Amino acid sequence: MSLLEIDTLDVTFDSADGAVHAVNGLSLSLDKGETLGVVGESGSGKSQTAFAILGLLARNGRASGSIRFDGKEILNAPPKVLNRLRADRIAMIFQDPMTSLNPYMRISDQMAEVLMLHKGMSKRAALAKSVEMLDAVRIPGAKDRIRLYPHEFSGGMRQRVMIAMSLLCQPDLLIADEPTTALDVTVQAQIMSLLRELQTEFGMATMLITHDLGVVAGFCERVTVMYGGRVMERAPTDPLFDKPTHPYTRGLLHAVPRVDQGQDRMEAIPGNPPNMARPPQGCPFRPRCAHAGEDCSVMPPLAPAGDGRARACHRPVEEVAA
Amino acid sequence: MSTPLLSARDVNVRFGITRPGDMPWTKPRRLHAVNGVSFDIMPGQTLGVVGESGCGKSTLARALIRTVPATGQVIWEGREDLLALSPRKMLAYRSDIQMIFQDPLASLNPRMTLGQIISEPLRTHRPDLSRDEVRTRVARIMDRVGLLPQMINRYPHEFSGGQCQRIGIARALAVEPKLLICDEPVSALDVSIQAQVVELLQELQRDLNLAILFIAHDLSVVKHISDEVMVLYLGRVMEAAPKERLYTDPQHPYTQALMSAVPVPDPKIERTKTIIPLSGDLPSPMSPPSGCVFRTRCPRAQADCAETVPAPGTDVHRCACLHPGPLSAEEVA
Amino acid sequence: MVANQHKMEALADRLSEEDPVAGRSLWADARRRFFANRAAVAGLGILLVVALFAAFGGLIAQWSNEELDYAVMGAIATEGAPSLSNGHYFGTDDLGRDLFARTVQGTQVSLMVGLVGALVAVVVGTIYGATAGYVGGRVDSVMMRAVDILMAIPYMFVLILILVMYGRSMTALFVGLGLISWLEMSRIVRGQTLSLKNREFIEAARATGVPAVTIIRRHVVPNLLGVIAVYATLLVPLMILTESFISFLGLGVQEPLTSLGALISEGAGTIAYGTIWQLGFPLLFFCLTLFGFFFVGDGLRDALDPKDR
Repeated sequence: MSLLEIDTLDVTFDSADGAVHAVNGLSLSLDKGETLGVVGESGSGKSQTAFAILGLLARNGRASGSIRFDGKEILNAPPKVLNRLRADRIAMIFQDPMTSLNPYMRISDQMAEVLMLHKGMSKRAALAKSVEMLDAVRIPGAKDRIRLYPHEFSGGMRQRVMIAMSLLCQPDLLIADEPTTALDVTVQAQIMSLLRELQTEFGMATMLITHDLGVVAGFCERVTVMYGGRVMERAPTDPLFDKPTHPYTRGLLHAVPRVDQGQDRMEAIPGNPPNMARPPQGCPFRPRCAHAGEDCSVMPPLAPAGDGRARACHRPVEEVAA
Repeated sequence: MSTPLLSARDVNVRFGITRPGDMPWTKPRRLHAVNGVSFDIMPGQTLGVVGESGCGKSTLARALIRTVPATGQVIWEGREDLLALSPRKMLAYRSDIQMIFQDPLASLNPRMTLGQIISEPLRTHRPDLSRDEVRTRVARIMDRVGLLPQMINRYPHEFSGGQCQRIGIARALAVEPKLLICDEPVSALDVSIQAQVVELLQELQRDLNLAILFIAHDLSVVKHISDEVMVLYLGRVMEAAPKERLYTDPQHPYTQALMSAVPVPDPKIERTKTIIPLSGDLPSPMSPPSGCVFRTRCPRAQADCAETVPAPGTDVHRCACLHPGPLSAEEVA
Repeated sequence: MVANQHKMEALADRLSEEDPVAGRSLWADARRRFFANRAAVAGLGILLVVALFAAFGGLIAQWSNEELDYAVMGAIATEGAPSLSNGHYFGTDDLGRDLFARTVQGTQVSLMVGLVGALVAVVVGTIYGATAGYVGGRVDSVMMRAVDILMAIPYMFVLILILVMYGRSMTALFVGLGLISWLEMSRIVRGQTLSLKNREFIEAARATGVPAVTIIRRHVVPNLLGVIAVYATLLVPLMILTESFISFLGLGVQEPLTSLGALISEGAGTIAYGTIWQLGFPLLFFCLTLFGFFFVGDGLRDALDPKDR
């Protein structure tokens, strides 16, 4: 049985311009200890998926479908159930750590509070455990620095504190929503290698949500590529990067600027991201796709294509990958 | 060799920092944001400026267009020192140097239509043009950057990020500048749109013989657009070289660390490559380390690095390091 | 990667078929939101009624506001009650003057005081605050310290002094209110300007060499108008309240001119004699005006809220 099982998830927002479908019929599953990358650009619905899992959608948002965690349905579960789940079994780290740290509380108090609340630890034990966790995320002098306030840390250190906090209760699932986007490249490299080490050490399943294919390449075992609220392609990491079979995945890979000698030019995908208030009919990528035809006005189903791969495209693999 | 379009010599920017609660007569603390930076930009060429947050790259750009006060020399076409000009005389050069910004939407006035935005530099620098002439020019430039004519009366918030950046480019090019300063023009954009904007800039550069100063926070995008690349750290030049040289044979430990940190979208490379670790945090620019500013985080730092400030030299390949050269496997580990 | 030329052309055609919608400015968006807000529209309706009453009420009045009706004098409590037959729609006041005409006149004065006060605040406060904020540095410090000092003076005291020294005239009242009303506004505008100043579009204009005055006029002020509009609509009722308080103390406009505050004061004084209408009608218009402005101000704030953009 998989740890997390999402089935035909729809997320809709009511806005002044009518209903906006942020996520359309998304299905994915995540096994214990597995690392999954969810890749997409702005408006692809990747972050809303994460919010739906944790029941954190904005007030005008509605989710339907099914999200099962450890066999239990948690979509639209009562706040009490979700609260117990969050931090204890599912933890999340955000792009901007400052938004989830209380600027008026010492790190020590914030970390100890989590443990005292969820694990019923004594303050002394909780503090000891917190220091241990800060050591684990390689914060030098953790014993002293735990007494500091969030703003006294640099951006990279703050993200480390965030990671330490999310791992306090040893969650089964860690959702990382663009954890390094706000950081400098050298810091990003440090944080990603730290996450990699912690993942092997603690063995939690990790869902990495990002726009950066490079970050995914080094971290994830499987990748799901989203566009316009739908899954375009999903595959184990190596085949996906070796031989992308969806026009969008292909386009994205060719558009990424690379420092190594792998490629000379950044090849643009023409057009603009879809306006989710008025999405194109059928495949959302159709208006920008060089392979699009008449039949693309009907959304193709996500069909298996060998090697544990699935793709949503009417064009045969040979035509796209040629 | 031909004369550089712009040649900066020993440019320094110092800010006085007053903290809230300081008395009016308290001497402000000095922040040396840009420290002795020199470079040349040739007509029609691109200089990439790379560095992480706090390296002074944006401040340097603003020093060139004199929106922050700087000392040193910025020689324009071998004739005039821009930093020595009176504000009135500087005005004549402002149409030659235009700038595009990181956040495409924030750089456009939300209360103005696209037509008003693009025509503003024209109205400022060419008051002699009639309304019809302005309109024709705006239409021409819009077509050039790939904006449709019927968009002219729309407002910025109705456009996507990529389109907003096109508007920014159109505004900058309306007065036919010779140098375009791009301050992280693609970092706020989606990957698929980044390539569009870079492609557009390259095309415009070819057609208009435009020189570009391209600022970026990592080495990836710069590789695809620059002829020469300059790496900054804490306000100083670490290394500068023609693109091929810098990417194939980086000498400075910082450049090498920066290059190893960029993730590559290829799982095989990404899993096996060694990332050069930088220890600790960026030092405060208020109290930079003595000697080489990078020594506190450098895997190769030695005793003399704390005493001597390394000079970048004047070669084609400049490197401000006392012990340059590729890092060995032991140093990286 | 290019599949073939034909396909790319078809793609380009499809991309250029974007809908040619006319530009919808932020103002148009705000207008739509404002008119979707029922309380705000009701407030606007009330204000319209009050304004029509002040402007054209004089045309339906049977009496002028100065005439004394000798027929009701001496028996105000019984004869002076509101009645259609003798033309005193709102009854008469204690001296036998027509309360309808007096209320029309009082509403005019009160609205004028409110609008003039707010207008001074908008013009002076905006220019002062925008200049201080945009120029910054020493100039900003000096200008804002001056505002601090002025604000530290108890304004009611000064206002009363002015009215006592220069006589109770409309001009003195306007000058007095004008002197204090712009202080708060200039502070708000300065704060907003400071945050606007660091926005990239202002920097873009500076880099192009647009003169400072033009930047303030073209880039700063239009982006402040939302805040100014909201604050101004909320300032009008404050000014009306201040004037009413002054009038209540007996220092407001001089007879035969009157204001809603003065009428309320008179009405409150005679309530013991059973002439409740003398308090009721002025109070009704006073409340309607205040409610109207507050509703409209709230509606504007919601409509122009930057979070919702």
